[in-house]
Amino acid sequence: MSARYFGAAVQRLEDPRLLAGKGRYVDDISLPGVLHASFLRAQVAHGGILSVDAAEARTMPGVAAIYTMPDFSAIAQGPMPPMAPHPLIKTPITYHPLAVDEVHHVGEAIVIVLADTRQQAEDAANAIQLEIEDMPAVADPIAALADGAPKVHSGRDTNLIGRLRGGFGHAEAVFAKADHVLSETFSIHRGGCHSMECRGVIAAPDALSDGLTVYTSSQSPYMVRRHLAQYLKRDEATLRVIAPDVGGGFGPKGNVYPEEFAVALAALAIGRPVKWIEDRSEHFVATTQQRDQIWKLDVAFTRQGRMLAVRGRCIHDNGAYAPYGLILPATALASFPGPYALEALDIAIDVVLTNLVPTTPVRGAARPNTAFVLERLADRIARHLNLPREEVRRRSFIAGDQMPYTTGMKARDGSPISYDSGDYTKALNLALEKIDAAGFPTRRAHAADRGKLLGLGIASYVEDTGLAPFEGATVRVTPAGKVVISTGAASQGQGHRTVLAQVAADALGVDIAAIAVDAGDTGKFPLGISTIASRIAVTAGSSVELAAQKVRNKALKAASFMLEAAEGDLEIENGVVRVVGVPGMQVSLGDIARALSGSAGVLLPGHLEPDLAATAYFESSALTFAYGSNTCEVEIDPATGDARVTRYVVAHDCGRLINPLVVDGQMLGGVVHGIGNALYERMVYDQARQPLSTNYGEYLLPLAPEMPDIEIHHIETPSPRNPIGVKGAGEGGTIPAAACVISAIEDALGPGAPFIGEHPVSPERITQWLEAIS
Amino acid sequence: MSDTRRITVNVNGKPRTANVETRVHLADFLRQSFSLIGTHLGCEHGVCGACTIIVSGSAVRSCLMLAVQADGADIETVESLGTTDALSPLQRAFSRHHALQCGFCTSGMLMSLEAFLRAHPNPSAAEIREVISGNICRCTGYQGIVEAALAAAAERRGDA
Amino acid sequence: MKPAPFTYHDPQSRADLHDLLARLENTKLLAGGQSLMPMLNMRIVAPDHVIDLNKMPGMGRISVGEDHIEIGAMTRQADLQHAHEIAQHLPVMIEALDHVGHFQTRSRGTIGGSCCHLDPAAELPALCALYDAEFHVSGPGGARKVAAQDWFQGYLQSALAENEILESIRVPLWPAGTRYGFNEYARRRGDFALAGAAALVVWRSDMTVERLALMLFGVAPQPVRLREIENAMIGRRLNHESIRAIADAAKCIEAMSDPYVSADYRRRLSGIVIERALAAAEKRAEMPA
Repeated sequence: MSARYFGAAVQRLEDPRLLAGKGRYVDDISLPGVLHASFLRAQVAHGGILSVDAAEARTMPGVAAIYTMPDFSAIAQGPMPPMAPHPLIKTPITYHPLAVDEVHHVGEAIVIVLADTRQQAEDAANAIQLEIEDMPAVADPIAALADGAPKVHSGRDTNLIGRLRGGFGHAEAVFAKADHVLSETFSIHRGGCHSMECRGVIAAPDALSDGLTVYTSSQSPYMVRRHLAQYLKRDEATLRVIAPDVGGGFGPKGNVYPEEFAVALAALAIGRPVKWIEDRSEHFVATTQQRDQIWKLDVAFTRQGRMLAVRGRCIHDNGAYAPYGLILPATALASFPGPYALEALDIAIDVVLTNLVPTTPVRGAARPNTAFVLERLADRIARHLNLPREEVRRRSFIAGDQMPYTTGMKARDGSPISYDSGDYTKALNLALEKIDAAGFPTRRAHAADRGKLLGLGIASYVEDTGLAPFEGATVRVTPAGKVVISTGAASQGQGHRTVLAQVAADALGVDIAAIAVDAGDTGKFPLGISTIASRIAVTAGSSVELAAQKVRNKALKAASFMLEAAEGDLEIENGVVRVVGVPGMQVSLGDIARALSGSAGVLLPGHLEPDLAATAYFESSALTFAYGSNTCEVEIDPATGDARVTRYVVAHDCGRLINPLVVDGQMLGGVVHGIGNALYERMVYDQARQPLSTNYGEYLLPLAPEMPDIEIHHIETPSPRNPIGVKGAGEGGTIPAAACVISAIEDALGPGAPFIGEHPVSPERITQWLEAIS
Repeated sequence: MSDTRRITVNVNGKPRTANVETRVHLADFLRQSFSLIGTHLGCEHGVCGACTIIVSGSAVRSCLMLAVQADGADIETVESLGTTDALSPLQRAFSRHHALQCGFCTSGMLMSLEAFLRAHPNPSAAEIREVISGNICRCTGYQGIVEAALAAAAERRGDA
Repeated sequence: MKPAPFTYHDPQSRADLHDLLARLENTKLLAGGQSLMPMLNMRIVAPDHVIDLNKMPGMGRISVGEDHIEIGAMTRQADLQHAHEIAQHLPVMIEALDHVGHFQTRSRGTIGGSCCHLDPAAELPALCALYDAEFHVSGPGGARKVAAQDWFQGYLQSALAENEILESIRVPLWPAGTRYGFNEYARRRGDFALAGAAALVVWRSDMTVERLALMLFGVAPQPVRLREIENAMIGRRLNHESIRAIADAAKCIEAMSDPYVSADYRRRLSGIVIERALAAAEKRAEMPA
């Protein structure tokens, strides 16, 4: 297989359209007869719905219909099916498409209004008389576990969903024998997805075929199809779900949402297309996010600074529903032991309901949380023993020659987790070398001359990628010689089309310009799972490789008959199959495709099956592990407490890179996201559990002037777990970033610094620490 | 009865006339009345910058102007910069330097930079970061955008 | 997030405008729109009438008199940034404008809009307080002038009556030889300041202070002139020690508290921005005008 494109920084096929303003996001799609929807949402964190009076609203200009859940009884009723059932959740805790009886967080949708314009729909929604009886609410997971705490759901007698437990070895024995044991508390707050495109859904019933087409800004069109079909009690074949251009996903668009169901129900009820575009105010209260985890951990270590064991408990704020099951806390658990060769581990995570929007994976999906606690513990050990922080890592990491390494933890399907390949110390050394850690003391002194504090941070991570089970692809050559890849893998900006085209171009020996990619449309490809968990390069990439190889082999077979030459004498270049060394003896892939599409009365060459095409589903039967180390410098103004990341270095290994531009882009965006988690992003609520941070003036996202230039260094250790040797790259930038920044802040504060086990960290907080030190 | 006005705007060099309800903002007007869907709405409260266009030569947030306020004005949207077959130097630089991923903030970025580069042909990286400080990107981490802007500025100066 | 319906008016003469102001109730005046439009979009306000001032003639002029500059209320922040009159006579405003939002918002935002909306962290109203500017107001009942001291009525509350508009702001000029200092702290470029300070200083030939104006913004609900300190500094030197003392005194000011930033921290910042603003003014004293 010639590698003309694999590994090349090919400019993206997606770009020209998007740059020219020709992207087609959900809001850009207009259908004849469409009605615009607006939701009336709960303004209280917990309440009983007493009455909904839409009489006046119905008379307002442009209003076509106003529905509550009972209005859909002829079509479907009941709570939504859970996306990820878990044995601990005996009764699923899922939304109704529109709330019935009780609302459980500010922002929960109760009524849907359909009108000619969005303006009119909002006008009517504002005129609905909604009577809600206030009920006690709780917004803090620790408070939610206390005796006598208000019940998040009046029908559930406890706010504890369940306790996840995981570990290996004999923690008690290891702790008892250890030279040292320390305990620390961690308070981690991560934020929401804040893709620049909010969510959006269009549902269009087809009166002729009784079908339903749904356009949705989703990472999981196939999950939407499956669950909506199940809910509507219709065959999946009658439901087509399309993810058009999607303006960022980052996790929360991977869920199946009540609005998707409500819009579909409304469209079926009224028999017309219905369009709902989430606005930013709604995004803050109705799109899932990550939020608080409070960890209390003990760490056991040797006097040489080798980390031996970690045990403890996490309280995890799950929000008011569990639409995504326990995936988020389960991912936190499964991410232990990270790169550390622990002898024992014993972790319990209490998953707690609160009257806030549900928490589900956001870029990194709780792996950043686990990386944070492990990296802070490693720093803690270093402080205690007065060792360099990197030395603790070197003494505690799993060594390169221990691969494959069975960690002792279990994957989602219960199988044992084993790291396939990786040299964590190598990545660490590279990150330290590239930031010139040796020269840091001098830079720190120079900063001090300018009245500034400078700190160096370190953080490492291991990331499971290529989540099971599969994605699939069909590769087909058309008689015109174009290559069409169809795949279920939806895209939200990751450049999948380009990356998949690169793989196919090399396998088939065609020019990348000849390749088109259809993705994220259940009508164009039969099966798919979801674009989450850094899994598409592994699954869809491998599927394209396998399918393209099959097409290549079939083309060669057909050509050998058509040219009457031995297969071994043939080569493919630029879409043409030729006999090596015999100019003129050739046939194009397009011609082969035409031949294999048949003519009346003519047998196909070599009695081959019709269609120059093949389908493959690569099943990722084992996770493949990316890893890396980051280093950074943070400069603090001791007067204001302002902390600025001035330098950032990434040394990472995500296997073979299909497109370095694309991988770099994922890392850069991920790092900036993580810096935002460390310094800026915090959802603030008031006493009544009202979200206060519901606009971008108060909820701070990272902006360009405050972000550093980021240096990325790749190590490419091919993964042995898929045919193209790749690992996922979508979340590796975010996973260690907050830990790295916090490590640097603590370092900047000097030897008297308190142990920092929290983020985000504000300038005010830093001034408090500085005051305590002096 | 809704309050509407008939307005004429000069959009990407063409005079266009339409009726519009007075409460409709300029971004919605361009998207809905003229199908100029390249301009995007990210926040509708004037912070994210995705809706940035050029009005009478200045970069503005089109979600913070009423359509009726643009009566008689010259409006440039991203569609005026280039076509898929003939992208502008700035757009081509964006592709070369991977300055876009999902593409949703991109038109706002392009119009902010276009307005700036017209008046400031030789910016530094720090100045570029300031120029896009009013445009939020969640995908790229900004670095590619800065590189693309510097490269485009050089090309426009004839230095490339 | 779409505005509730309203009736839109775009008067093009004073007579039309005053007539609207006299007749209509539940109105909002639309100037630059950078503050009002988000509130309309989010339905934080739902006026029955929006009166657009952008077609009113003669409200965007800057004119320089012997001892003052008069700035029309509808003058765009971007135009102020590029106006040679401002660069020459109010250089502190040029520096402050760099911090006012982003260049896209300055294309539309006006000085009048900012001075009527009165966000506590807004730079332009703060400079008006620094200069003891005079606010020229007109309405159906006639015209009046409001001194800066009377303009700031409270949090987001100006002295503008329901049926009045701000016509212009008259800024008295300080003598040639005045040096300025400006400093603010915001978490990100373009954010509203958590605290900011500006100073105007005239020195005597012996380098003691002849005249001082010192102002803090972003800390209290309205900009605060530190008049006691200003008076106390006449005849004294501005040096490291005295600046330190002023900064410490400034930290005792009553400060706002919100869910993101505490009063204590704002007080702390007060001292820092005052110190940095005065240090900047002091540094400028060593340079020719």
